[in-house]
Amino acid sequence: MTDKQTAQQDTKKLVKKLVLTVFFMFGFGFALVPLYDVFCDITGLNGKTSNVAAVQSDSVDKTRTISVEFIARTQGNLPWIFKPEVKKMNVHPGEMHQLNFLVKNNSVDNMVVQAVPSVSPGIAAAYFNKIECFCFNQQPLEQGQAADLGLQFYIDKDIPPEYTTVTLSYTLFDISKNIEQDEFTKLFADNKN
Amino acid sequence: MSTTNLNADNHAEEHHGAPSGIMRWLLTTNHKDIGSLYLLFSLLMFFIGGGMAMVIRAELFQPGLQIVEPDFFNQMTTVHGLIMVFGAVMPAFVGLANWMVPMMIGAPDMALPRMNNWSFWILPFAFLILLMSLFMEGGGPNFGWTFYAPLSTTYSNDSTALFVFSVHIMGISSIMGAINVIVTIFNLRAPGMTFMKMPLFVWTWLITAFLLIAVMPVLAGAVTMVLTDKYFLTSFFSAAGGGDPVMFQHIFWFFGHPEVYIMILPAFGIISQIVPTFSRKKLFGYSSMVYATASIALLSFVVWAHHMFTTGMPLAGELFFMYCTMLISVPTGVKVFNWVATMWRGSLTFEVPMMFSIAFIVLFTIGGFSGLMLAITPADFQYHDTYFVVAHFHYVLVTGAIFSIMAGAYYWLPKWTGYMFDEKLAKAHFWLSLVSVNVLFFPMHFVGLAGMPRRIPDYATQFADFNAVISIGGFAFGLSQLLFVAVVYKCIKGGEKATDQVWEGAEGLEWEVPSPAPYHTFETPPDIK
Ligand code: HEM
Ligand SMILES: [Cu+2]
Repeated sequence: MTDKQTAQQDTKKLVKKLVLTVFFMFGFGFALVPLYDVFCDITGLNGKTSNVAAVQSDSVDKTRTISVEFIARTQGNLPWIFKPEVKKMNVHPGEMHQLNFLVKNNSVDNMVVQAVPSVSPGIAAAYFNKIECFCFNQQPLEQGQAADLGLQFYIDKDIPPEYTTVTLSYTLFDISKNIEQDEFTKLFADNKN
Repeated sequence: MSTTNLNADNHAEEHHGAPSGIMRWLLTTNHKDIGSLYLLFSLLMFFIGGGMAMVIRAELFQPGLQIVEPDFFNQMTTVHGLIMVFGAVMPAFVGLANWMVPMMIGAPDMALPRMNNWSFWILPFAFLILLMSLFMEGGGPNFGWTFYAPLSTTYSNDSTALFVFSVHIMGISSIMGAINVIVTIFNLRAPGMTFMKMPLFVWTWLITAFLLIAVMPVLAGAVTMVLTDKYFLTSFFSAAGGGDPVMFQHIFWFFGHPEVYIMILPAFGIISQIVPTFSRKKLFGYSSMVYATASIALLSFVVWAHHMFTTGMPLAGELFFMYCTMLISVPTGVKVFNWVATMWRGSLTFEVPMMFSIAFIVLFTIGGFSGLMLAITPADFQYHDTYFVVAHFHYVLVTGAIFSIMAGAYYWLPKWTGYMFDEKLAKAHFWLSLVSVNVLFFPMHFVGLAGMPRRIPDYATQFADFNAVISIGGFAFGLSQLLFVAVVYKCIKGGEKATDQVWEGAEGLEWEVPSPAPYHTFETPPDIK
């Protein structure tokens, strides 16, 4: 009888451990989301530029020239116009530059969009410093409205020598349906001021 | 059920000691009953999933769209995959584990019989939900069994919530099954049955159960994220909201690759039981088999991104995952070597379980080779998302997992029913399956290499002849499986009486109990030599 009882206790203990493992792994699945971002941040592997404004550069490396290309596209069949002022710039590392992206909401609705940047080659993303970028914010535009969205950037002086061309691509996503109604109206109200 | 337990002992002759009727099956906590339920359920799912495969092959018989709409075609490929993976292969292995693991380690039952009942009985509901979703307005899931975001989030139809719930239930069922297997093996082994004396089927299932516990919760997490992204405005996988669609693939394949090993490790175990029996030799390299299984399981956690070579990973990542993937073929090779070495100079006979096992060894190896080709990163850019991948995973899953299940079913059927099966019919089943399965899947390698993409209802006319051949192979394979049902049915009804040992060379505790195995076995633990 006591044998049976200890066996039952063993079973209970083991089941407890296994159930805990199950919950742990369920959490781990969700933890993969930040972990994956942290991993990519540290290694700079996925071509994501930083979401926070960089500090100004203090000196310029005139000995190197890097060609920076700009691509702008809309996701799905978003009826918007979205294009960079210039397609290409030659810059020295450390040198500050500014350009505008032209957008126009050609739809019949007021819409909010979000631009998502990506840099190729991916490793170069860590050296692409944005001081100001429209991609830091959501962009509300009324029907038919057009705007110039500004980008201010420089390429870091530490960029490895093998990178001579860097491409910055923006994709414009319609997020009107992904945000709450009052936030939506607030964005447009703020826009008016 | 405790009252029926009492008189079962006195009626060892009787097929089962429990009352008949539906309640017996609904309430049963007997591992043999539950094993049978799992196996029959898996057979049913095999035919439902197979029916969908017939729809797919009928549509692809000729180029152009003739039978179904593209959207319905996509629902067929999706639900076919889900049903075969979660409804046919996995429950079949769980059924075999239920029947055989307690008998192989000298235990009276599974450690948690009530949970065992639950883990089976929630399964039919999971698949009912999934199948019903096909009849909803807008149709069932159509984003592939891998449910990549944003196909399953932004672009999916209204039945996605049903898909999510049914996967949750399947996951809970598998997790409960896995916990039961682990606790049974840890705590209920007969005295003297040390870990290194356990039959390989028990070993492979123990390791599989750990894999299940590690990755099924991650799958549950992934479907939950899809659910909240679609219905509750989260942005795990939506770039617009700061998420990342590629991250879906990382999370899914973190589950997905171990999952494919969940579907093959028990197969390795079955083959390792059968080959020694019909070679009349001990298994060659028992301990290397155990270690190989464990290393395959461990390595399976660090190869997931070989499904994602074309997503734009950096070179360092591509190389890491390429080498790790290739590394897995080393322990896999050890296994194949050991099976062949077991047969070497054995006194072989070719009963039906052995025929399926030998076919498994040869054809699974072909699947392993195409896997190796896919693992070569630069080559995968050509192969990815073509029929070459379809050929690969059907060789490892149909001629691998399914053939091993067939082999196991023929091997233990006389133990379950007490009768020998109709050998002629079973041989016909084997030969027809063997020929048709190769007509079905081998040409897929070639159309894949020539560039035919997977998951499309129409194709360039250059692929027409091959696809016609493939479809004919498909119909033949599907029809051949009806013979299996006939064999099983006849074997349950009667036949030549099976001896306790059943097969002349069979060794192990399960062959020491009478055939059919009485309702209760090893209520007092056996002596282990
Ligand atoms: C030598 C061992 C193996 C290697 C090297 C290997 C390698 C690969 C690779 C690289 C892919 C991705 C191909 C692509 O999408 O471009 C793949 C796909 C796949 N493999 Fe394997 N594999 C092996 C064994 C197995 C086994 C044992 C199973 C299952 C029992 C399996 C099941 C699958 C499945 C289901 C897919 C396709 C998943 C999908 O996209 O739907 N593989 N394999
Ligand atoms: Cu894999």
